[in-house]
Amino acid sequence: MSSAILEAERMEQTIAAPPANLLTAGPLTRETSDGLAPLQAKAWERFESIPMPLRTNEEWRFSNLKRINLSVYTQPVALDQAAAESLVARSKGLEKAAGRLVFGNDELLSNELFSESLRQKGVIWLPLEQAATEHPELFSKYFMREEAILGGQKFAALHQSQVRAGTFLYVPRGVEIELPVESFHWLHGAGGSCFPHTLIVAEEMSKVTVVDYFQSDSEDSEGFACGMNDLWLGAGANVTYVCAQKWSSKALAFQINSTVVGRDARAVALNLNLGASLARTESVSRLRGQGGRSDMLAVSVADETQELDQRTFQIHEVRNTSSDLLYKNSLDDTARTIFAGLIRVDPGAHQTDAYQKVRNLLLSDESEANSAPGLEIEADDVRCTHGATTGQIDAEEFFYLLSRGIQPKEARKLIVHGFLQEVLDRLGHAAIAELLSEMVHAKFDAKAR
Amino acid sequence: MSSLVIKDLHVSIGDKEIIRGLSLEIPKGEVHAVMGPNGSGKSTLSKAIGGHPDYTITSGEVLLDGENIIGMEPDVRARKGLFLAFQYPMEIPGVSNANFLRAAVQARLPEGEELEATEFYAAMYEKMDFLEIPRTFTSRSVNEGFSGGEKKRNEILQMAMLEPRYAILDETDSGLDIDALKIVSNGVNALRGPNLGVLLITHYQRLLDYIVPDYVHVMVAGRIVQSGGKELALELEEKGYDFIREGIEESASAVL
Repeated sequence: MSSAILEAERMEQTIAAPPANLLTAGPLTRETSDGLAPLQAKAWERFESIPMPLRTNEEWRFSNLKRINLSVYTQPVALDQAAAESLVARSKGLEKAAGRLVFGNDELLSNELFSESLRQKGVIWLPLEQAATEHPELFSKYFMREEAILGGQKFAALHQSQVRAGTFLYVPRGVEIELPVESFHWLHGAGGSCFPHTLIVAEEMSKVTVVDYFQSDSEDSEGFACGMNDLWLGAGANVTYVCAQKWSSKALAFQINSTVVGRDARAVALNLNLGASLARTESVSRLRGQGGRSDMLAVSVADETQELDQRTFQIHEVRNTSSDLLYKNSLDDTARTIFAGLIRVDPGAHQTDAYQKVRNLLLSDESEANSAPGLEIEADDVRCTHGATTGQIDAEEFFYLLSRGIQPKEARKLIVHGFLQEVLDRLGHAAIAELLSEMVHAKFDAKAR
Repeated sequence: MSSLVIKDLHVSIGDKEIIRGLSLEIPKGEVHAVMGPNGSGKSTLSKAIGGHPDYTITSGEVLLDGENIIGMEPDVRARKGLFLAFQYPMEIPGVSNANFLRAAVQARLPEGEELEATEFYAAMYEKMDFLEIPRTFTSRSVNEGFSGGEKKRNEILQMAMLEPRYAILDETDSGLDIDALKIVSNGVNALRGPNLGVLLITHYQRLLDYIVPDYVHVMVAGRIVQSGGKELALELEEKGYDFIREGIEESASAVL
């Protein structure tokens, strides 16, 4: 009798606050004291007013829009204690990190802040929500100040209306953070969502490396991730940003990346795409100060029915800037990849040096790689090259490995790794490259079983 | 039984028959040289025995210690103890020599057994030192940007690590200057012994000054046309392949 009552009470509690459907959720409910509240109300209006993309939109060419159905997802679901503890325990990144934040379904689960000495130097490293409230001026100066321009406007607006989780990192002039700063974002359970955000402001002559890890609690969990990052590099700053994505193979994921590079600054950004049923990334680099350089890197391993859709834009706004994009895709089974990349050289941006290379390795006859590179040049004396290649495993290379006794499956794995390694090496960070390589290995090994 | 036996082998590429009834026996512990002019089918022989998919074996047998390996996958043949040193070793971008060798050694361990890393490195370093290979080799991509000599030394290093029962060395001397030729030959000579049979394929006699064979076979138009001791190589060097060809034509017309 009493247990029945308890059962009923618990049912009631669960029913009391069901997470709202994303399409009708409205902005994430906020206290007025919260720095994000006014922005989120406006963002929700924008989200509602912007129509869903159509395949006829140039930015969505080749995309399989049927796979994008937001009505099946809810706002982030609260985690119970056991789930939260398990996710924190599973948040394993680099052996040495300057600090770690862990989020599960957008809830802050763990906060291993870094040393007092960095704080004394003026470094601000906070969960995004807290930064918006405690440093409103700094926050509003940089938070989503660059519009999404590659087709994801509606999703950027949705992100802004729902965001609370993420990393805010402000590195003052001349400060170098030696070890990487990590954050983990988990999608837990079925049908939920998360909206990770990373905002990095690197002032003049500062240096920092940031790694984001995106994961699902289980391979079966469906969910929706809609993340963004804002990187701001002041004069001479050096920022390395890595986003390692392995959402479950049933997840839908959008990631919108913006990098603004100041004078003589150097940005290196790498996206590792392993998970999601459909993952779309939009990455824009704006070369805004002379002598600035942006390296845009991506490694994608697509198999089964995965679709990985990557859109990029290298915008040279001033003279004497350089950008170098290298994306490599490995495709198996009936996987599809899309790459559409544009280099734009603004009027007056002379002596631009822009490079764009996409290489696809097809491991099956049914996989499909679409590449659409493009140039828009409105200045003289520029050097812009782009190219896309698609090929299969070289039969002679393969035979060479077999002739050493290496099994066909292992030989394929080695060749694919070798193919992708060039991109990882470009990071110039051995420990991170090693970790990403292990993640790629794990995907292949999971497939082998 | 302890030998590599090639019995009446016929091999085609597409519709074209390249090997036309070739027979050879290489007992363990011996080094047999196969010499022949360009186009005689020497490289086809090594690729076909290795199991390259472009080469079709239309008839004949290849017995490795009594077991016919025709029809087996190339990696299975290799694990049974066959090694092919390539005339043109492939470059594998992004795969380090160390990882490549590890994968090859690992493939020979029983299922579920993990390679002991420190032992592996110790063994590899010992063999590298002997072949005068600098340690930096281990982290470089397999053969990528290697000189001809470095590539061939790398082949011998792999052979040393994998400890085959039978090795086929395909034009191992090509692309080598005199110093590199000596180093590679010393490596092969060091691996000679009662547990290894070697089939040495070469166009030129000079390699045989450094790796002295037990027997020499002359291959013309897909067949062994003459066999003899190491002095046969010197005779070939002196008189050229034409004298063999003439001999064949004479005997052919005699049959007619």
